[in-house]
Amino acid sequence: MKMNRIAAIVYRQFCLIRGSFSRVISPFVWVAVDMVLWGFITKYLNTVSKSGVNFVPTLLGAVLMWDFFVRVMQGVTTGFFEDVWSRNFINFFSTPLLIPEYLCGLVIWSIVTSFLGLMLMISVTSAFFGFSYFAYGMMLVPFLLVLFLFGIGLGIFASAMVLRLGPSAEWFIWPIPALLSPFVGVFYPLSTLPIWMQRISYLLPPSYVFEGMRSIILQGSASWHGLFWGATLAVLYIALACGFFTWIYRHAVRTGLIARYSAESF
Amino acid sequence: MVSVLSLSELRKNYGETIAVDGISFEVRKNEIVGLLGPNGAGKTTTINMVLGLLTPNSGTILIEGIDIAKQRSKALSMTNFAAVYAPLPGNLTVAENLRIFGMLYSVKNLTERIAALLHQFDLEKFRNEKCGILSSGEQTRACLAKAMLNRPQLLLLDEPTASLDPATARENRVKLREFALEGTGGVLWTSHNMLEVEEVCDRVLFLSRGKILLEGNPKTLPGEHGKENLEELFITVAREPLTLDL
Repeated sequence: MKMNRIAAIVYRQFCLIRGSFSRVISPFVWVAVDMVLWGFITKYLNTVSKSGVNFVPTLLGAVLMWDFFVRVMQGVTTGFFEDVWSRNFINFFSTPLLIPEYLCGLVIWSIVTSFLGLMLMISVTSAFFGFSYFAYGMMLVPFLLVLFLFGIGLGIFASAMVLRLGPSAEWFIWPIPALLSPFVGVFYPLSTLPIWMQRISYLLPPSYVFEGMRSIILQGSASWHGLFWGATLAVLYIALACGFFTWIYRHAVRTGLIARYSAESF
Repeated sequence: MVSVLSLSELRKNYGETIAVDGISFEVRKNEIVGLLGPNGAGKTTTINMVLGLLTPNSGTILIEGIDIAKQRSKALSMTNFAAVYAPLPGNLTVAENLRIFGMLYSVKNLTERIAALLHQFDLEKFRNEKCGILSSGEQTRACLAKAMLNRPQLLLLDEPTASLDPATARENRVKLREFALEGTGGVLWTSHNMLEVEEVCDRVLFLSRGKILLEGNPKTLPGEHGKENLEELFITVAREPLTLDL
């Protein structure tokens, strides 16, 4: 892999966001708005609830983590969509660029935007709603790591789907986080779910993060074993997603899909 | 003479449809080869295979002796292309696009190279303009500048002057001709403008239904087949290939 080619992919994304305010809105402005909205909801719940539970670290913290995961995934997919929207595949894939370099560039860009977004979310929630990420202690690091890894894996998988099914398939991709959220227990314990949904939850790394978060706030500790399993699953999914993307790319080169990509294939 | 591109028994089919039917040819250093043929003859399919965008069913593609199937990245680092159907991303400026592609091709002294190409293709005033708002002719010039970034050994041009006015088209033909004569590279050029082909190409290949029907000097080939000019020969190849004495 050559660093300058990875840097080219990152630089392209930087140029795009630099030259367009609308591209700043999704990774930064919407997350801030989301934090404000959920901040007031948790504040309200704290005033009406007699349970004594502080909703700021449980609910607002969960929303913050979930938004972080969504931004990581969309950091990868949006970077890929930029090449779909600008019909850039012929130009890019006729250069010496390798698929691992391309994916690596998208992932680096996702790291940059998602962490800037995370900083913004933490700033807004701590400044206006008293949220403290110290509430999770050192577990914050593995929580973020698991969500980050799964977001990357899902982003690469989603990009491969769009490469295979054509530009209009992006509409399948945007709702994926909403589709997953009931299964991973962002707002409630997994025990709330019926058994068949719980079985799916155990295959989704974020489930272990949100269970762990609630466990820390309510019981003072979280299961390292569960988080380790979540991280292992996330790494496995990244490997599978990279393999899947490469397989789809080879199929696209064999069938001529890359060369005529702008034509709808689905 | 050494070949910059060597195709051997190249074949591509989509199911029952044969797009390219076992063609073999070479492009040598300092040579411009015209790949001619009617729509659907297999020209773009051939170019896509050379660019690594399409895998052939069989046959080999060597760029500077490097097999693209085995060392794709290395082989493609020595090529570049410009095509009417592959404009530069419209949401980036000319300079940004050239920088990104320069990085992808690992161009040394990139800033100086970009400045030289902007000057060469009369794009200096559009340097900070987004490619999407340029006229089609300006976009074509930006594409040609991108195609020259890495001083390719093999330059692939798919109708490179299609949207240029006659004066600009002539200027660009001269530049591309200079590139072929002065550098160490070769050019594979497709065009439907037979006057242009006659002016710039050293050799032409007529492709029809995926096969090479004719090959020769564009200035003498029509006469060899009893035709007045290249356009007449083209029309015969496209409509009545069996009437040719092959």
